[in-house]
Amino acid sequence: MYEHDVIVVGAGGAGLRAAIAAQEAGADVAIVSKLHPVRSHTGAAEGGINAALREGDSWEDHAYDTMKGSDYLGDAPAIETLCQRSPYEVIQLEHWGMAFSREEDGRVSQRPFGGLSFPRTTYAGAETGHHLLHTLYEQVVKRGIEVYDEWHVLNLAVTEEERPEDRTCHGVVAYDVATGELSGFKARDGVILATGGPGQAFDHTTNAVSCTGDGQAMAYRAGVPLEDMEFIQFHPTSLPSTGVLISEGVRGEGGILYNAKGERFMFEHGYASNDGELASRDVVSRAELTEVNEGRGIEDEYVHLDMRHLGEERIIDRLENIVHLAEDFEGVDATKEPMPVKPGQHYAMGGIETDENGETCVSGLYAAGECACASVHGANRLGGNALPELIVIGKRAGYHAAGKEMEPAKIETGQRGEYETATIDSPVELGEGGSPGDAVADGGAVAAGDPADPDTVLNATVRAEQDRIDELLNKEDGVHHSEVRSKVQQSMTRNVNVFREEDRLKQALRDIRDARDEYQNVKVMDPSRTFNTDLLQTIETQNLLDLAEAITVGALARREFRGAHWRAEAQERNDDEWLKHTMLSWNRGSPELWFRPVILEGENKTYEPKIRSY
Amino acid sequence: MSTQPPQQETDESTAETSAEPETESTSPGQQKRAAQKRERANASAQRQAEADAKAKADEETREIKVFRYDPEVEEKQEPRFDTFHVPFTKGMTVLDAVMYARDHYDPSLTFRHSCRQAICGSDAFFVNGRQRLGCKTQVSELDEPIRIEPLPHQDVVKDLVVDMDHFYEEMESVDPYFDPDETPGNDLEEQRQSRANREKVKMSTRCIWCAACFSSCNIAAGDNQYLGPAALNKAYRFAMDEREGESRKQERLETIEQEHGVWRCQTQFSCTNVCPKDIPLTEHIQELKREAVKKNLKFW
Ligand SMILES: Cc1cc2nc3c(=O)[nH]c(=O)nc-3n(C[C@H](O)[C@H](O)[C@H](O)COP(=O)(O)OP(=O)(O)OC[C@H]3O[C@@H](n4cnc5c(N)ncnc54)[C@H](O)[C@@H]3O)c2cc1C
Ligand code: SF4
Ligand code: FES
Repeated sequence: MYEHDVIVVGAGGAGLRAAIAAQEAGADVAIVSKLHPVRSHTGAAEGGINAALREGDSWEDHAYDTMKGSDYLGDAPAIETLCQRSPYEVIQLEHWGMAFSREEDGRVSQRPFGGLSFPRTTYAGAETGHHLLHTLYEQVVKRGIEVYDEWHVLNLAVTEEERPEDRTCHGVVAYDVATGELSGFKARDGVILATGGPGQAFDHTTNAVSCTGDGQAMAYRAGVPLEDMEFIQFHPTSLPSTGVLISEGVRGEGGILYNAKGERFMFEHGYASNDGELASRDVVSRAELTEVNEGRGIEDEYVHLDMRHLGEERIIDRLENIVHLAEDFEGVDATKEPMPVKPGQHYAMGGIETDENGETCVSGLYAAGECACASVHGANRLGGNALPELIVIGKRAGYHAAGKEMEPAKIETGQRGEYETATIDSPVELGEGGSPGDAVADGGAVAAGDPADPDTVLNATVRAEQDRIDELLNKEDGVHHSEVRSKVQQSMTRNVNVFREEDRLKQALRDIRDARDEYQNVKVMDPSRTFNTDLLQTIETQNLLDLAEAITVGALARREFRGAHWRAEAQERNDDEWLKHTMLSWNRGSPELWFRPVILEGENKTYEPKIRSY
Repeated sequence: MSTQPPQQETDESTAETSAEPETESTSPGQQKRAAQKRERANASAQRQAEADAKAKADEETREIKVFRYDPEVEEKQEPRFDTFHVPFTKGMTVLDAVMYARDHYDPSLTFRHSCRQAICGSDAFFVNGRQRLGCKTQVSELDEPIRIEPLPHQDVVKDLVVDMDHFYEEMESVDPYFDPDETPGNDLEEQRQSRANREKVKMSTRCIWCAACFSSCNIAAGDNQYLGPAALNKAYRFAMDEREGESRKQERLETIEQEHGVWRCQTQFSCTNVCPKDIPLTEHIQELKREAVKKNLKFW
């Protein structure tokens, strides 16, 4: 068994920042990550980091933009914390040497971004995330923070009191990818989840193969609610074969979208007669999909993004990296042919419920970054607002876990304070269903000794995970996880995309049910203990099943159109009924639905919901 | 670390590694597993045979030959190449091809990968005799059969996975973090950097730690302690950053001037040729040499 004060799970921007803060606050901290830190998907972020740094701008304006962008589903205390602290954290990165793009006078450059009332997006070329990730990792190396890289966390060691609010997290169980060793990691003071998004729940995504939402699934099964999972951002221009993102810059420079008939559909079919290609992400994504659904897509799959008319010189000058992306990942010469594009899953606004200090309702358990929902982004994230969340909330979680004195949070977590319960209108049984073996899979190994003693809890969790691995490896016969995974991914892309209709959402729930049943017979084909990615991906697939279901249940429950979530049956925002967060708790093997009101009262003012038009 | 190219895996080394699993394979569970394994191998051979037959009927497939080795699995202890025929689609990359082979023919086929967009640096392989990122290499540009091997000069862990520890140690041995003499006292005050200086270090900051350069370097293959192109480039990134100050720069030059530092480089350009991020590594190393000479003149 390994033991530290604070264990950080994940080494993307959020995890690295949390670890640095915890160490600064005096803790013995270790990072446990299934990938080496520099492989984390934070490295893929291109556009930039929002921070109100300059005269004429203010954190209040940034907060207003963020609240409006969230379609009034963000919690004001989280949004205000983000916007107040982002300038300090960005300058901190700068003091750590991050290679920001610069102005003539040597100060950090900023550019305009969609939904922002001031050009406040700081950036480092078109590789902002890469530089952020490497800069933070450099600081981790400098400080000698221990990193267990290529250790895959399989579960959390959490006590089993009746109410999640009474439980405590004592550590994690992780599997050494290289050797197959399974071990407990005891956390004396706290565990911070920073495991990134669940993009792989969809078969077409800008997210990495490793973005399987592990932390969300583990926290959910330990009793922590998942919040606002239905809010998924789809990016309108991703390459069809890989999901690689083609930045908004192409449309910003004048790139045009065409359907198979060569029509400039954004205008000709009236989707956005004013803004055309420059309408917001969700509008363009829905337009593209309508074209394809109505038979005007190319190869029934995608549309064309054409920038040839800009001329080779301008393209090379401003959009050179796009030419490389199209060539390397799609085999298309974008100076000579249009690029195929289609909407792709891009970002999950929802996640593990936390307060603005990153704390969950289970004591000793924290979450930060894309896996968490504080809630900063509400129903829709503005470009450039995810990276500041990593460094602002990541740092606070690190401090808090290490025991640093902090202002108490204003946001309530768990079933405390004001909330209402609800029922789910599902056509099939949800959750584990009738599978006897797994009904108690959530840490259900019988504990020998005092059930509240940290070592007992941890050892029992290690044994339960060992049993799970043995079972997966020793099955007589069965299906391969990749079949199960791809069925769910395809169903999600087909049924839970930018268009959401009751029948389709229910179909997705049926597909997920089937997949869950099939998963009972899943077997791992690779018998090796050495670098067994077959085993680990099989376990990730189980996480994806839980998350796909949570996303779909949320989408089915919310009968309104808010931010990224569009419902055929109710195509308008409904503030009278829906100014509330969708909460899902894992209750004895099946999801329980409840709601918590949004907090619109800020430090100095209350945000009044307004129409979100740009 | 032994700098042993995978092609040269000898019988000796496999005999060594096979000892352990054998002594353990006596439990009934393991015998059962072994039996299942054979069954599965048959099933997957059959699937592959079907695919092969289809491949003949259908032109649009590509033949890949993938290096296989697993110290723990009996039939993989002897390194070998497996042939797969994968259906070709426009835009298909080498990574797509091995993922297809894994998901459809043999789930034990093992390799690192994550971002699929040339930014995480996980999937540098030795493809048709050259270090390349799998996700950034179009299948259509390669001659068939496409030979995919792990990076040479690094220990093979399994299939296409190599041990990266030595590479990481070299990267971390050059104090790879910003360490200025002074930082602005005010939490909101920037430490200014000229555009020209940012331009100067820009290419060096693009490294994704893929180790393609390191694997391509003859010197690194022969000298276990040679820092190698990526670590030297990392040192360059800080030594050339005007914000760090002169005294730190001198210290950095001392680090790269050590016995296994810049002077080992023989300007063969192999690293520069394979770097997927187009970093002018050899040029950077040459510049460090010049800086070191300047420094030494100054102190004479
Ligand atoms: C293409 C793209 C472009 C983007 N551009 C921008 C932008 O311009 N601006 C912006 O603000 N946002 C952008 N975003 C969003 C933003 O980049 C992400 O939300 C953010 O980087 C997520 O960081 P993270 O630290 O939460 O997770 P990640 O960086 O994904 O890291 C997750 C970490 O958790 C580890 N992990 C996961 N599961 C386990 C497990 N079971 N055990 C152990 N470790 C585990 C992984 O190894 C990894 O280290 C973009 C996203 C994408 C995909
Ligand atoms: S310098 Fe280039 S080849 Fe070498 S590790 Fe960095 S990105 Fe890879
Ligand atoms: S998969 Fe990330 S670099 Fe190729």
